[in-house]
Amino acid sequence: MSESHAVEDALQHSEERFAEQGAEHSAEEVRKHVRTYLFIFGTLLVLTVVTVAVSYLHLPIVPALIVALLIAFFKGGLVARHFMHLVGEKPLIFQFLILTVVFVVFMFILFIWALLDQQGVRYGT
Amino acid sequence: MEIPYTVQPRPDTGVTNSKVGIWLFLASEIMLFGGLFSAYVFLRLGAPEWPGSMAGHDYTSASEILSVPLAALNTVILIASSMTIVMAWASLMLKNFSRYKMYMGITIALSFGFLLVKGFEYASKFEHGLFPSESTFLGIYFVLTGIHAVHVIGGIVVNSYFLGPGSKMWKTNPQQFTNRIEIAGLYWHFVDIVWIFLFPTIYLL
Repeated sequence: MSESHAVEDALQHSEERFAEQGAEHSAEEVRKHVRTYLFIFGTLLVLTVVTVAVSYLHLPIVPALIVALLIAFFKGGLVARHFMHLVGEKPLIFQFLILTVVFVVFMFILFIWALLDQQGVRYGT
Repeated sequence: MEIPYTVQPRPDTGVTNSKVGIWLFLASEIMLFGGLFSAYVFLRLGAPEWPGSMAGHDYTSASEILSVPLAALNTVILIASSMTIVMAWASLMLKNFSRYKMYMGITIALSFGFLLVKGFEYASKFEHGLFPSESTFLGIYFVLTGIHAVHVIGGIVVNSYFLGPGSKMWKTNPQQFTNRIEIAGLYWHFVDIVWIFLFPTIYLL
């Protein structure tokens, strides 16, 4: 058997196995996902331009921080939701993420607490 | 020994073991970068001026030291690479292996592009005597962007393996190979998300 025939056979065999194992999504579903990915990609690019544009407004630090983080959270949410397939993901994954966020927030509070303590801020004073 | 539930979801969790593994790993990564971002906030709010004085100059904003256009370019590069790696996975779902190879190749090329731009940025800082030891701002800048760059290099190694020798699995077990690309993609999207937060935090505020 020639090498090209062997490759063709292997590819055909792999496609059969793929079909046997039952891909979760149909071809039409995947194409629909692809259209969503393209839309998300465009939105992310627009939001990147908005992020840079807002920085040229030279807002005071607090509103600048709020706007920048709002856009960043929205962009990160789009990537997580669509590119990382969190939309429609199983509850176990969300349980991991919720637990992680709780720990991150707790750690962040500890840092802020330490900072306030360093600056002489005490509760009740 | 075969690792169980790499193709079919485990009945009790509803997901494959590889997906559970990558999400646990990403949870640890969230803690790592969460700690670094917390350190950034701690240092920034505690500093009398930011970025402050370095190499004999007084700076009032990060954009006076760092290149916003180059960082914005890197943001676009990483977002594009996120798009191409998800297209690589979608190509496998559509059983189009040659298109998978094209998209994965573009993803790796974009990753190298990101590192090239980052290299230009670092070289420009070093030329002007701006080293991590020069100030708190530069210290946290190099730590945050450096650790992120290490993650990009890690992604390049994994993605290159799946483009090269690792792609042989497509012929023997296409469903598992497709799952592997989805897992590699999850890591790569996380690297993208970290940069989405790093860019405004360090360069623009």
